[in-house]
Amino acid sequence: MEIGLGHYLTVAAILFTLGMFGIFLNRKNVIVILMSIELMLLAVNINLVAFSAFLGDLVGQVFAMFVLTVAAAEAAVGLAILVVYFRNRGNIAVENINVMKG
Amino acid sequence: MEDSAQHIATFSESLSIALPEIILAVGAMVLLILGVFRGDRSAGLIGSLSIALFIIAGFAIIQLPSERLMAFGGTFIVDSYARFLKILVLIGSSVAILMSVAFNEREKMNRFEFPILIVLAVLGMCMMLSANSLIALYMGLELQSLSLYVLAAMNRDSLRSTEAGLKYFVLGALSSGLLLYGSSLIYGFTGTTQFDVLGELLHEGDLSIGLIFGLVFLSAGLAFKISAVPFHMWTPDVYEGAPTPVTAFFAAAPKVAAMGLFVRVLITGFTGEDVTPQWQQIIITIALLSMVVGAFGAIGQTNIKRLMAYSSIGHMGYALVGLAAGSQEGVRGILIYLLIYFAMTLGMFACILSMKRRDGMVENIDELSGLSRNQPMMAFGLMVLLFSLAGIPPFAGFFAKFYVFMAAVKAELYLLAVLGVVTSVIGAFYYLRIVKIMYFDDPTESFDLPMRGEMQAVLTASGLFTGLYAVFSLPLIQLAGTAASSLFP
Repeated sequence: MEIGLGHYLTVAAILFTLGMFGIFLNRKNVIVILMSIELMLLAVNINLVAFSAFLGDLVGQVFAMFVLTVAAAEAAVGLAILVVYFRNRGNIAVENINVMKG
Repeated sequence: MEDSAQHIATFSESLSIALPEIILAVGAMVLLILGVFRGDRSAGLIGSLSIALFIIAGFAIIQLPSERLMAFGGTFIVDSYARFLKILVLIGSSVAILMSVAFNEREKMNRFEFPILIVLAVLGMCMMLSANSLIALYMGLELQSLSLYVLAAMNRDSLRSTEAGLKYFVLGALSSGLLLYGSSLIYGFTGTTQFDVLGELLHEGDLSIGLIFGLVFLSAGLAFKISAVPFHMWTPDVYEGAPTPVTAFFAAAPKVAAMGLFVRVLITGFTGEDVTPQWQQIIITIALLSMVVGAFGAIGQTNIKRLMAYSSIGHMGYALVGLAAGSQEGVRGILIYLLIYFAMTLGMFACILSMKRRDGMVENIDELSGLSRNQPMMAFGLMVLLFSLAGIPPFAGFFAKFYVFMAAVKAELYLLAVLGVVTSVIGAFYYLRIVKIMYFDDPTESFDLPMRGEMQAVLTASGLFTGLYAVFSLPLIQLAGTAASSLFP
């Protein structure tokens, strides 16, 4: 069986959906949310690189490099915020992030 | 369109076109070095230097030639639309830094990073407003968002502030993910990331289902950033939890930038007989929902920062009405709306930042009771702003709503215009309730007197602007008209 664009897009869509469900259904730990966000961004990268290869156009791969860099910065900022939060609250369980209702 | 055939700027020309952004970027790094060497005692100095930097960048924006300039292979664009909104962002950020000084000293959070993060966020916003490709859009948006996440958690010893930062981060990162997924689909199904090329491609029609999916994801991501319903759930918590000067900043500049970006993407990238109705449906829905949630959500609130959050959700809904119209008149309406919203919000926050007693800040609406007897001037200024927020003529807020609703009526969106008027009447209830509390309830203990000079100045300027808008509206309308026309070549 020939592996075509559709297969790559399906994998990316599955990963993206997994990431999204990871954020919404997870009730335990904020770290899992950070991992889910990372999963979503990587799904996007698969999309971009697959499109870039099939279109024969380099812009998609340039975009993917930018996304990788920004994802690293985003993880750093997220973890830093999580650390200051942990110092104040003493745990990082998702159901305890409720000082303000909303 | 002969505009797209214009000559490609060389690298050095590109650098001079992006000069304001380069000034901000280099300036932020210089300030960072200064801060590292001199420590937190330089916070005040760095605050003043950042305002100076904004002023220099503002002059750099004004002195650029007034035609439409493209740089860096067409990914970066400067037109009068970008210029108008950038100046607005720079003014709002300067005022936010100015208003933060006293608060930060009192709350022991006068770290030198604070103004620098605002400078970086402003750089991101300027990038967003000048973005002409999906990559530039993403880079600008992320630079802005990452700085804002940190700013929300700036008071790092406060549980509320860090919780606000964490919530903002998680939901903001989710929205960036949605936006990126949408961008990747748009790129894949059209083969381009540039808005103007995209616009030409889609002008002829030729829609694929993948492209529509991409458009929906992209709109969802951007709706998150302007806190339109159903992507608004972070707003009340972040507004309440973040330190008040940060909330003041959040309510003004980033909203203006994100809305400006949203309009540019949809108008230049996705305009055509087949594609316009696709996003028009989305915008009509989120505009309606935002107006309704903004009006009803605010009614039960007791915390004034939370109330301002719902107020901003509602106002973004009204501004989106202009985008739903999709016409040049609608865009002009949005620009005037943003200008007026922005002036009212900064004035409101000057008042909120003055609500303090010896033992610290108070944020409850009931604390305002009888303000008219303790501080008649502040009560009067606040009343003008509240009337204007409620949209009562002859104050500025009325005209803001009038322009966007007129644009909606001309585009034959009658239902949207009628529901907009209905929700703004419902919304008037909670603004007027505050006026009633200030003027007719028994006075509580007075706030600390006198009000600080910079707060007085901001409140006076914003009160005068909203009160006397009708007198000098003509040049502003012309300015907004020129800015709007640059989006429709």
